[in-house]
Amino acid sequence: MIAAHLPILQIILPLLAAPICVLIRPQKLVWPFVLIVSWATLGLAAMMLNQVLLSGPISYALGGWEAPWGIEYRVDLLNAFVIFLVALIGAVVLIYAPESVKREIDDDRRSYFYAAFLLCLTGLLGICVTGDAFNVFVFLEISSLSTYGLISLGRDRRALTAAYNYLILGTIGATFILIGIGLMYMMTGTLNMADLASRLQGVNHTRTIQVAFAFLSVGLTLKLALFPLHIWLPNAYTYAPSVVTAFVAATATKVSVYVFLRFVFTIFGADFAFGTMHIDYLLLPLAIAGIFVASAVAIYQSNLKKLLAYSSVAQIGYIMLGISFGSITGLTAGIVHLFNHALMKGALFLAVGSIFLRVNSVQLDDLSGLGKRMPVTSFALVLGGLGLIGVPLTVGFISKWYLLLAAIEAGWWPVAVLVLISSLLALVYIWRFVETAYFRPVPDDAPPVSEAPLLMQIPMWLLIALAIGLGVQTSSTIGTAQRAALWLLSGAP
Amino acid sequence: MSQILGLYNYWVVVLLMMAGFYNVIARGNLIKKLIGLNIFQTSVFLLYISMGKVEGGTAPIVAEGVATYSNPLPHVLILTAIVVGIATTSVGLSLVIRIREAYDTIEEDEIQQLDEGP
Repeated sequence: MIAAHLPILQIILPLLAAPICVLIRPQKLVWPFVLIVSWATLGLAAMMLNQVLLSGPISYALGGWEAPWGIEYRVDLLNAFVIFLVALIGAVVLIYAPESVKREIDDDRRSYFYAAFLLCLTGLLGICVTGDAFNVFVFLEISSLSTYGLISLGRDRRALTAAYNYLILGTIGATFILIGIGLMYMMTGTLNMADLASRLQGVNHTRTIQVAFAFLSVGLTLKLALFPLHIWLPNAYTYAPSVVTAFVAATATKVSVYVFLRFVFTIFGADFAFGTMHIDYLLLPLAIAGIFVASAVAIYQSNLKKLLAYSSVAQIGYIMLGISFGSITGLTAGIVHLFNHALMKGALFLAVGSIFLRVNSVQLDDLSGLGKRMPVTSFALVLGGLGLIGVPLTVGFISKWYLLLAAIEAGWWPVAVLVLISSLLALVYIWRFVETAYFRPVPDDAPPVSEAPLLMQIPMWLLIALAIGLGVQTSSTIGTAQRAALWLLSGAP
Repeated sequence: MSQILGLYNYWVVVLLMMAGFYNVIARGNLIKKLIGLNIFQTSVFLLYISMGKVEGGTAPIVAEGVATYSNPLPHVLILTAIVVGIATTSVGLSLVIRIREAYDTIEEDEIQQLDEGP
């Protein structure tokens, strides 16, 4: 019974739970309830991933209306993988939430926070699970609207302007996507992704489809924060509550990357995107520029959260660089880094949240000697940072390794060299934290602080352990990513 | 000539889209930006509604003696998009209210000044 309805249960569960959060009295019970819901969602995601690994893609006709007339939920290896990632991060971050939320969000807003969090989770999972182009837009807006709300919960008043700017840019991006979908519908009369893919073959020489492709590309790169369309990201990540930053940084942009892959490879096809439209001419320079500019800006930040936010923009550059090769190795690198970066950034932002809880600041100047004041959290931050640099035995190394392989395979030596040089920039910005925390004395007037509570330590270390463990034992992530990349390039719907 | 007259609603779409987009980018007042965003979104609604029109078709209700109907699907789709647009506007406006409470202004340049400090 459950096995047959896995795709829809993923969505229904958090969606129905969200309004219940607001109704639950006493408020103490909200968090346990949300925690159960999120872990149940993770369980469903794991079951679905398992089912896809064993028996291939799942097609689910929503409400019994057969595709292409009804909305089809279609799960293959790629989206099962991304769904599992999103559900995992959601479930792990929620363990961390209560302590941090108590500190950063007012009493009367807490149940709304959890409701918005679940709605955001619903939206992100929905984007991944659906096989209908218009449905993607709807879920995209569900997740975006709840994200704007979540960001605006930050204590700093700049959280409000950050949320507002994200709202304006996010809506422009979503509207561009809507225009693209509309133009595709105009030429094909269908919204089902598999159906679109086959019908576009006949009409993809027309101006309408080329314009649709352009609108979709721009809209999606805005949503996934590819340089130079990333301007909404740094402030949104910096001023949002810690829990929100960790969740959004690890999932929202990654899901947008997934949608980009889905539209470019499954619907339009690699031949059209790379052969006719030459999207690589645009992606490759922008990705490299993003890596360098964002890393360089990160070096000069005095706010640790903002530093990591700019680092996110750079890391998205790596993901898009892998995709821009359009080869199996390149796509594997992109997909693996999508997963790895989510783990690393999730862990790093959780660590930053713990620091904020105890020290009450994330300005680097206030963190002098943190290695002595909060040794465990500082160590976690350094481990996560090593992953961002791409030190062997961390997941970051695996992604960079495949990225280099892809560049060499394509014969683009300069790109390979640039990737190596850019890692040095990551070294510099991570070093800024290491220097502050370990090589500067603890100020005399610094009040004594303890480590973060256990409930915040466990999720952080869980993600760090995954980021190290999957860097040592690489076959599962690489294997899945490789199969997903093959699947995407084969053009099978 | 048919390029202009035959496709006039698409020209209206383009005009509205650019007007709205220009407002979002050029205005410094947060409310005016939202109005621009609304015009921008409305133009897309019009685009969808125009494409559902079938020449000579009537409203898609089964009736005797009618063979061609307009395509109702884009209209239904755009109902969803309108709802999304309203939700976005209300979230945007409520953010503006809170920004005004926090900064006492809704002009972008003044907010920037207040944030960067003297």
